[in-house]
Amino acid sequence: MIEIKNLHKSFGDKEVLRGIDLFIRKGETMAVIGQSGSGKSVLIKHMIGLMRPDQGKILVDGVDICCLSDQEMYEIRRKFGLLFQAGALFDSLTVAENVSFGLERYRDFPRDEIRRIVTESLAKVGLRGAEDLMPHELSGGMKKRVGLARAIAYEPEIMLYDEPSTGIDPIRADAINDLIIRTQQEMNVTSVVITHDMTSAYKVADRMAMLYNGKIVQIGSPEDIRNSPDPVVQQFIHGRAEGPIKEY
Amino acid sequence: MSTAPRLSLLTDVFREIGQVGILFGQALTALIRKPLERENFLQQLEDIGVRSLPVVSLTAAFGGLVFGLQTYIGFHRYIGAGSEAYGGPIISLGLSKELIPILVGLMVTGRVGSAIAAEIGTMKITEQIDALYSLGADPVRYLVAPRVLASFIMVPLLVLYGDIIGIFCGYVYNLLMGVNRYIYVKNTLLYLELWDVLTGLIKAAAFGVVIAVIGCWQGLEARGGAEGVGRATTRTVVIASILILIFNFFLSKALPANLSL
Repeated sequence: MIEIKNLHKSFGDKEVLRGIDLFIRKGETMAVIGQSGSGKSVLIKHMIGLMRPDQGKILVDGVDICCLSDQEMYEIRRKFGLLFQAGALFDSLTVAENVSFGLERYRDFPRDEIRRIVTESLAKVGLRGAEDLMPHELSGGMKKRVGLARAIAYEPEIMLYDEPSTGIDPIRADAINDLIIRTQQEMNVTSVVITHDMTSAYKVADRMAMLYNGKIVQIGSPEDIRNSPDPVVQQFIHGRAEGPIKEY
Repeated sequence: MSTAPRLSLLTDVFREIGQVGILFGQALTALIRKPLERENFLQQLEDIGVRSLPVVSLTAAFGGLVFGLQTYIGFHRYIGAGSEAYGGPIISLGLSKELIPILVGLMVTGRVGSAIAAEIGTMKITEQIDALYSLGADPVRYLVAPRVLASFIMVPLLVLYGDIIGIFCGYVYNLLMGVNRYIYVKNTLLYLELWDVLTGLIKAAAFGVVIAVIGCWQGLEARGGAEGVGRATTRTVVIASILILIFNFFLSKALPANLSL
């Protein structure tokens, strides 16, 4: 489904990704864990073509997305739904207009159908009746949930979640986790969850990959990660200040 | 001093010229090949045009008054009392060809160009631009094209409106100073040609494109939080203002002074 081969990316002198190899199978939920600033968001932005790699390949359904034309890239992106860290709602549009944005412009849905999908998507994230609110009237957590409703509204094949549980209270965060699982089961989507919240990662992931120092240091089932002999993985999953990871 | 920093400054300048050129080309392609985002475009017409009316009214009024004042003094001092009424065509010509387009261009840069940069810059740093991409939408078509077209249409209209206000205020000042109303109006109508006004409007259309393209470009290039948005806004005003003054000179030089020539 998504195959990343030897991905390198630098910003100025800072080498963020130094040779990432990752294969994400169709229908699975892969959690990529790692510290803040370790390059998780950069990785996810490469998958959807928002950033171009300095070196390496990204294959989506066998298509190398590095060298596509703008038009081909737009087609590929329509397979994806992306939940941004802070929601990234369009300020000037209402909640309903945000959720229906992709549907209205790029899919041929009748108006009634769009209205039904918007209501349904908002109900799924627990925001029934919020259609006419503006983004500035919402709390951070609500914005995130509207962002999620927008991403799932047009039933993408692949869902990318950038820190889905950050900034949300634990109960809501768990509801979001349930939603990730339900979306994966009902729509059989392939999901990539970027997170540093281990509770969330253990709950949603079929497999997990740990990103450290620009590379994937371990990949496996949640159980494999839990029992990893690697001191870096152990320090991270137990949240210890002492250990081989020094930069925080 | 080594040549390296100078060289990098030069490459930066060329890179930026390239970026602006590409963005302008993409906006043109989007306008020609794809349907316009209608609601967005109408909103921009209002934001850029209608909402600029108060500031353009004040600018044109005082521009007209001060130009009327200095022309009156000039005629009175060098030609003599009674000759002030012959200043009418000079006031109208100077205002419609140069002063109003420049003043309106600079005011709209301050009001609209900065707002475009701030809005798009904020969208950039809050990942809304990435969100557009992720939803399969093209930010150039959705954000840049409607602004460029709206600005291309509205800035000339604002200048035309400013011409009327400015010329009227220049006239009122001279009237209050007691110049001969009949000679003033007759000479103005005799010597002011439609082409003079059109020259100003053509320049204004170019300024409109400059303002919108620079604002959008700086917004899309914004980086690094609130500070980045602030920098984009400032750079928009500085770059667009300078470009307007440069374009004004070259367009004044390139456009014929009189169509029949």
